[in-house]
Amino acid sequence: MQHLIIGAGPAGVVAAEALRKADPDAGIAIIGDEPEPPYSRMAIPYYLINNIDESGTYLRDPKQHFADLNIEVVQQKVDKIDTSGKTVTLGDGSSRGYDKLLLATGSHPISPPIPGLDLPQVHSCWTLEDARNIIKLAQSGSNVVLIGAGFIGCIILEALVKRGVNLTVVETGNRMVPRMLNDKAGGLLETWCKNKGIDVHTSCSVDAISDAGNGQVDVSLSDGSKLDAALVITATGVKANTDLVADSDINVDQGILVNRRMQTSNPDVYAAGDVAQGVDFSTGNFEVQAIQPTATDHGRIAALNMAGQGDEHHGTLNMNVLDTVGLISCSFGLWMGVDGGDSAELYNADEFQYINLQFDDDQLVGASSVGKTQHVGVLRGLIESRIHLGEWKQRLMRDPTAIMEAYVACTQELSYS
Amino acid sequence: MQKSLNIDPGKCTGCLQCEMACSYEHTGTFNPSRSYIKVFTFHHEGRFAPYTCTQCDEAWCMRACPVDAISVDMATGAKVVSDDKCVGCKVCTIACPFGTINYSQATGKVVKCDLCGGDPQCAAACPTDAITYVDADWTGYDRMLASAAKSLPSAEATAG
Repeated sequence: MQHLIIGAGPAGVVAAEALRKADPDAGIAIIGDEPEPPYSRMAIPYYLINNIDESGTYLRDPKQHFADLNIEVVQQKVDKIDTSGKTVTLGDGSSRGYDKLLLATGSHPISPPIPGLDLPQVHSCWTLEDARNIIKLAQSGSNVVLIGAGFIGCIILEALVKRGVNLTVVETGNRMVPRMLNDKAGGLLETWCKNKGIDVHTSCSVDAISDAGNGQVDVSLSDGSKLDAALVITATGVKANTDLVADSDINVDQGILVNRRMQTSNPDVYAAGDVAQGVDFSTGNFEVQAIQPTATDHGRIAALNMAGQGDEHHGTLNMNVLDTVGLISCSFGLWMGVDGGDSAELYNADEFQYINLQFDDDQLVGASSVGKTQHVGVLRGLIESRIHLGEWKQRLMRDPTAIMEAYVACTQELSYS
Repeated sequence: MQKSLNIDPGKCTGCLQCEMACSYEHTGTFNPSRSYIKVFTFHHEGRFAPYTCTQCDEAWCMRACPVDAISVDMATGAKVVSDDKCVGCKVCTIACPFGTINYSQATGKVVKCDLCGGDPQCAAACPTDAITYVDADWTGYDRMLASAAKSLPSAEATAG
């Protein structure tokens, strides 16, 4: 059995490991086109501030791990997939056959329609190569404009502040991380950032970027502001890398459509991670979730099914955790709530504390929090186990911080004797 | 025979000796807020429930980690965080559905129960045997683990 995995990110690597565990004798190869060993984009912010060196971003020890598991790692671009002949053609002209193929090709940053994005001072922050470029230009005391205060924008925002730059953030939404936090929680992040000296412009966009000479650029904002900057970073979202299957029998919507076994419309081809549009746990709809936990869950589910050992999956829960210059926020599932559902909220602006729980009948279906680091994972447990909270729903309505107590009381027998 | 923490909430008096011992073992200070085991109080029921990582087989934290910072201690079976590798990204803290791996602002890393390398100090400190360190196939532990994982569909659907 030959398993071929295109993409060397978390989904691809976890899938390769799960395949090896499930099938000790199979041939397994990961094909990735970046020059570095398999690494994690999640770790890039920590590389930007010298917390780790490049090797600290590696998903696994590149010298030993893959060889020990007899997983071949091939650094090549994939030019073409022939699903009828079950082969892929690589950039060097060679081709490889497969029995099962996993597409874990990830996503790429999208560029907003702004004139001047091709200037050398403008970068996205997605690859290690991007990170090296940012490190060169984001020197202490230099002016930096970050376009986009979504999840990725906010994650690198902290690294930029720690590099000592003068930072301006421009977000078209009316608040920071609008797809993860509501007005109150997003508002707390904005106040927090402004208190830290970051110039935050919400409900604002960049009209144009132009060369100012002397290595700087001029940045014009829709609110009339004019800024000069040594570096402009775009973080305005990502889009699934589906080009390889554009003219194939594999169905694509926002991403590659997969069933509950992570199988595409071609039964020998699977997809996982940012590129896959799979079942969302909360809605049952097919959605792209470009997040690390989903990538690794997808990778494992796909691998087990490729090895003939898997089952139908109940869908992945959308969730995020974010550290914005020391203020930690997270969100899970249907954090905006459901029609006819109840919600509980605690808001303390002075202490930058917030928690919001969303119920459907007596089940938790969504949650978000700011300023809370302890036991937040149990929000996933409460949602994903669809626990009927019973009387604990009313207790949580009165005190939404009692999430661990609710979970322990609903899942553990308080006395075994 | 691998051993596991067994918790019997019915025997817990809420004395918090386990939290003190845990924080002292891991941080050198008697600071329950930095303990990896936590005693939850149920005033209505007059009950206490110590709670910490069950070292579950799924190892959601380990799988979600983007930098390979969590590994299995082969001697104890504990899932252990490497401070050298952890970058503090917190992905594991939302991936763990039991809420038992948490970010420490004091260290900038995540922290979780590591079974103290095979000599768990919470169990040693517990005066009522509410926390014991016993053979892993002891039925009480199985019940606790089963309760913790109760109806978590991910665990069933992807069990390999």
